[in-house]
Amino acid sequence: MALSNVLETPAAGFNFDNVARNAALEGLFEGGQTPKPLKTGTTIAGVVFKDGVVLGADTRATSSEVVADKMCAKIHYIAPNIYCCGAGTAADTEKTTELLSSNLTIFSMNSGRNPRVVMAVNILQDMLYRYHGQIGANLILGGVDCTGNHLYTVGPYGSVNKVPYLAMGSGDLAALGILEDRFKPDMELEKAKELVRAAIHAGIMSDLGSGNNIDICVITRRGVDYIRPYQESEYKDNRKMKYKYRPGTTPVLTEKVVPLKLEVVQETVQQMDTA
Amino acid sequence: MNTRGLRSQLKDSIPVAGLCPQGQYGVQDSLRSGFTSAKNELLPSHPLELSEKNFQLNQDKMNFSTLRNIQGLHAPLKLQMEYRAARQIQRLPFLPSSNLALDTLRGSDESIGFEDILNDPAQSEMMGEPHMMVEYKLGLL
Repeated sequence: MALSNVLETPAAGFNFDNVARNAALEGLFEGGQTPKPLKTGTTIAGVVFKDGVVLGADTRATSSEVVADKMCAKIHYIAPNIYCCGAGTAADTEKTTELLSSNLTIFSMNSGRNPRVVMAVNILQDMLYRYHGQIGANLILGGVDCTGNHLYTVGPYGSVNKVPYLAMGSGDLAALGILEDRFKPDMELEKAKELVRAAIHAGIMSDLGSGNNIDICVITRRGVDYIRPYQESEYKDNRKMKYKYRPGTTPVLTEKVVPLKLEVVQETVQQMDTA
Repeated sequence: MNTRGLRSQLKDSIPVAGLCPQGQYGVQDSLRSGFTSAKNELLPSHPLELSEKNFQLNQDKMNFSTLRNIQGLHAPLKLQMEYRAARQIQRLPFLPSSNLALDTLRGSDESIGFEDILNDPAQSEMMGEPHMMVEYKLGLL
């Protein structure tokens, strides 16, 4: 369909046509009940230990006061040696980490090297600063590369922090309390996993936006161990009734069968080339 | 919205509104854009709109000015000559062009951003009227 008033092809990327309309619509809803995007309302934590990095996250995704997803995966794959936990708007964290992962894959194919954690952090920082915080993604990046074990946090406006232990999300205060109390540099693997589990558990207990199961991801020089779920919630709900109807619940009054007569007119067989 | 730095950003940008009102068939689309007003046509509605429109332009300016400071005048001059040549390899305005030479020069063939995923002009569902678009590009309109 040709439009007579389009003088140039629209630019690729974000489209701002509906902004004025959305602003006008927001004024129409009484009491500010505009539909809210899906947030992760999360507790995520990370700890650097002797041989690598442990990342942990809960699995609840909320949309205002409703739990939208009970088994949400918040630990995203970036590179074989780098994983990222995301808090904030769920769609933003997903898409940003996917873009980051694609860019790092292209880089490692071009140069033949494994990407480093600082590269991921720099790409993220540039991308998030460019959009001035409109992309609501709070990310914890952890990974092991040739220069050592690293844990970084990137905020939605592009701020970066390099730290040995970290918690983010709505439950971060509770988790940070546990981490501050029991963290020691150069811990062993089992103690680090237990520390992260305890931190996420504290976040789940104290924050309404976090809950359900705990996922743990251990990244070491030898490889990655993504344990999902590491600990299941003890408050699992059991369905009291079955919602399937037995066959015969609806009585059949009459039945009429009309066979469909088809005749084969032409038959062709094409061999698939599976070489 | 904050209009302080707006003039400097508006100056370099391609005109936002054009000659015709938004909406299909050239009639004001009251449902999507509200009532007509001069402010709606001239000022951008979202804080990111201007900075996104000029992003590539500003990046290039920044890179060229750094290059000039480090390596002298000839380096950015030569690069800009190549960019100018590559920018001319295009199809007619109403058809999508791949911009392959320009992408390779800029290095954006090795990275993926939101402009490659969202609103890809090669997959746009609407086409402009060919004669008007060519006249606009040649400056006859």
